[in-house]
Amino acid sequence: MATEDQGPMAQFEIKSLIDLNVGGYDISYTNSALFMTLAVICTFSLFWAATRKRTMVPSRIQSIGELMFEFVAGMVKENVGKEGMKYFPFIFTLFVFILFGNVLGLLPYSFTFTSHIIVNAALAVFIFIAVTIIGFATHGLHYLRLFCPAGTPLPVAIVLVPIEIMSYFIRPVSLSLRLFANMLAGHVLLKVLAGFVISLGIFGVVPFLAVGAVTMLEIMVALIQAYVFALLSTIYLNDAVHLH
Amino acid sequence: MELEAAKMIGAGLAAIGVIGGGVGVGIVFGNYMTAASRNPSLKDELRTYAFLGFALSEATALFALVIALIVLFT
Repeated sequence: MATEDQGPMAQFEIKSLIDLNVGGYDISYTNSALFMTLAVICTFSLFWAATRKRTMVPSRIQSIGELMFEFVAGMVKENVGKEGMKYFPFIFTLFVFILFGNVLGLLPYSFTFTSHIIVNAALAVFIFIAVTIIGFATHGLHYLRLFCPAGTPLPVAIVLVPIEIMSYFIRPVSLSLRLFANMLAGHVLLKVLAGFVISLGIFGVVPFLAVGAVTMLEIMVALIQAYVFALLSTIYLNDAVHLH
Repeated sequence: MELEAAKMIGAGLAAIGVIGGGVGVGIVFGNYMTAASRNPSLKDELRTYAFLGFALSEATALFALVIALIVLFT
């Protein structure tokens, strides 16, 4: 792995593993796609192992599955309410996919697929469009009351409505950018510190300890960012299902 | 001035905006600690809002960082 002098940004390069070309479109199987497949396989095997024997007093792996399920179920029920539970499978899939994406990227020599803005943008735009459609489907044109709550005086409304519209449309931007920037900054920091380990010789012990500490921080950031992505999605869903 | 030099200066200036994120995160968690010590029974409910506030505040800081990276690398 002679990757000297490529800088800290070389780890985000997308390399195609199997070249595929259909009708002029490049649909190669890249390292990003490989890690997405790995995330799906890890999720599937975790929950398959967790649900094999359904004992009342859960075994260790079953309680891991139960903990994750209850955590996300509690979050959805608390933020959207009982009628929001029909969106629970979607939110749960979203949470677990992003969680495994973030965490798998912390293994050495791996690739974090959530550190690319296009992946996060795809997820965030999907959520934005889904929430908008759900809002219009549930409330019809009354959904536009989201921008101008009932009973606001006209001078306040003139200022409020453009601000509300802007903050509504910036949702997918901020949602995707938050996750992207957290993952990017974390991994760049790790790479820069790791570069110091070799170049300082015997004193490389200090950056090595720093890499260990920053990795622990990055594990926490990976968990929190996956949770925040899912939490904000349920909050936007709540706005659509119950207008404020 | 060379483009490379201007990029470096621009990135350095843009990264100053991250200070706001540090202040904001400190305020959020400081207030969470105060609130949890006043009313320990609400600890878990407040923790949800603490993490939400942390993420939103951190996001603004990271917007500044992303601008710095855009300036530096394009």
